[in-house]
Amino acid sequence: MTVHAAEITVSAQGLSRQFGAHTAVDGVSLELKRGEILGFLGPNGAGKTTTMQMLTGNLAPSSGAVSICGVDLFERPTAAKARLGYLPEHPPLYRELTVREYIDLAARLHRVAKPARAAAIDDALARCGLAEVAQKLIGSLSKGYQQRVGIAQAIVHRPDVVILDEPTIGLDPNQIREIRNLIRELGANHSVILSTHILPEVESVCDRVQILHHGATVYGDTIAGLKQFHGGRMVLAGFKRPPAAGEIAAISGVARAEAASETVFRVNFANGADPTDELVRRAVEKSWGLYQLAPAQSSLEDVFVHLTQKEEQS
Amino acid sequence: MFHRSPFTAYRLLLTAYRLPFTRFSLPSFTPLASRLSPLDGGQLMIYTIAGKELKSLFASPLAWVVLTFMQIILAFGFLKRLDDFMQIQSQLIQMPNPPGITELVVAPLFATMAVVLLFAVPLLAMRLIAEERRNQTMVLLVSAPLSMTEIVLGKFVGLAAFLLLIVGITTLMPLALLLGGRLDFGLLAGLVIGVVLLAACFAAVGLYASCLTAHPLVAAMIAFSLLLGMLLAGETAADGLRGRGWHVPAALAQVLSPLKNFEPFAKGMIDSYSLACMLLLIAAFLVLAIRRLDAARLRG
Repeated sequence: MTVHAAEITVSAQGLSRQFGAHTAVDGVSLELKRGEILGFLGPNGAGKTTTMQMLTGNLAPSSGAVSICGVDLFERPTAAKARLGYLPEHPPLYRELTVREYIDLAARLHRVAKPARAAAIDDALARCGLAEVAQKLIGSLSKGYQQRVGIAQAIVHRPDVVILDEPTIGLDPNQIREIRNLIRELGANHSVILSTHILPEVESVCDRVQILHHGATVYGDTIAGLKQFHGGRMVLAGFKRPPAAGEIAAISGVARAEAASETVFRVNFANGADPTDELVRRAVEKSWGLYQLAPAQSSLEDVFVHLTQKEEQS
Repeated sequence: MFHRSPFTAYRLLLTAYRLPFTRFSLPSFTPLASRLSPLDGGQLMIYTIAGKELKSLFASPLAWVVLTFMQIILAFGFLKRLDDFMQIQSQLIQMPNPPGITELVVAPLFATMAVVLLFAVPLLAMRLIAEERRNQTMVLLVSAPLSMTEIVLGKFVGLAAFLLLIVGITTLMPLALLLGGRLDFGLLAGLVIGVVLLAACFAAVGLYASCLTAHPLVAAMIAFSLLLGMLLAGETAADGLRGRGWHVPAALAQVLSPLKNFEPFAKGMIDSYSLACMLLLIAAFLVLAIRRLDAARLRG
């Protein structure tokens, strides 16, 4: 497997899907290069899962085309599917099998050749932290472990493209961090498409984000571009002896400052500038009593809410 | 007498293959081999799926319960008939050409097995696809680089292997008679082949029924109704239609009545026409199941 930066692994053009009169997905296109992680966002019912089902050949689109590493998914489905790993919303687990039996089955179904199989299974189990439960029945595992088994199943054959539908759902915060690290690791030489409701997850893990609403793409850009969309970065600064908003806004590099509460200000930075140092220095100089300085987590959320609710109103 | 030729059966195969698809475009006759993936590590994918299916069957209590009760019922019937045979044996000896133990004890055993299978196979087949749908595990198979043909054939082979086991264990009963006597191996072979084919017919119908719903019990009911309907309708129609000289509908009806096709085997006769009819029924329902699952992907 050679890692080539410009290689396109997933390409979908004009995917549409109707269920009777209802249009679930309407002309979604996407393109993904090797080593990229794409975050798929959207409110419930936006068509994320339907799109993923079409990308993995589980659902035939009403129109549109998908190719995986240049192989057309509808003309040569088996060749294309061999390069895919998919964790659906509801992990497809056989409760009566042990973890190892199940991963072994997944490896066989994905045609991992016999000499490499044992190593591939061990690797997948280790990467998902399943080594110590390998002999347990899947039905007896907790939700978090079951989710990890689902991820292990999707990566055991080292696919070029990994598609994960809400992989961190039902996990505790530690597990979420582990899974995010795992996804980042996967992103190093696979392409990953990730759908989630958790916006910080997208910001911390993904290179690109695509927001779906009513089955259509309403936003698609890199995470860096997303921050531009929001008009620069933003921090929340809390002062015990708060100055006037104007005093903060006067600092060079600060585009805008507004009071979020009596002591906390929302400070927007100008494009490309980072006046955090200056802000701290000024606060100490004038003894504003700085007690909190936190990057605002809401930038993607703002975009998300802005885009998905704007449409609702119109 | 109706002229029985394998050629008629072949023409029927074409008809049976085309009939359900007139709504779609006619499928091209893709050779089966090209629909199956090449050998992988010396193993066809069908056997991977079949192996998993067997493992799941034995992990469920249902398989063990069915195995146990079948053995109890069949063993009881077998011993009863054996007992009766021992009592009338002295009278049989005085007959000029007396029926042997194979005809009087073994053949009824297999006839009972055919009826018990009629009830058991829908129960064993019900979970094949329906449970995968209900537990949403079908995604694993559909996302894997497999064709629907491989999935359906794998499931069928898995169930067929389990049914072979049932037939195998039951065949040990007559074989035990070798300890004290001789058997008509020709008749025994006919019975075994016949009942295996019959079980395979039931399995194909059960597998198709399992594709129709996401509820295993509903699938079992559908399979059972289908089989019962087929037996009744096929049985009466086959003779009635033939009597009127309607040969093609009569042949079609005969294809649909596996128990009728079992009859020649039960007499120790390998009848190529009945054999063709049973293979046809299996093929038809497997193709229907494949089409059904392909359609599910289109429908969503």
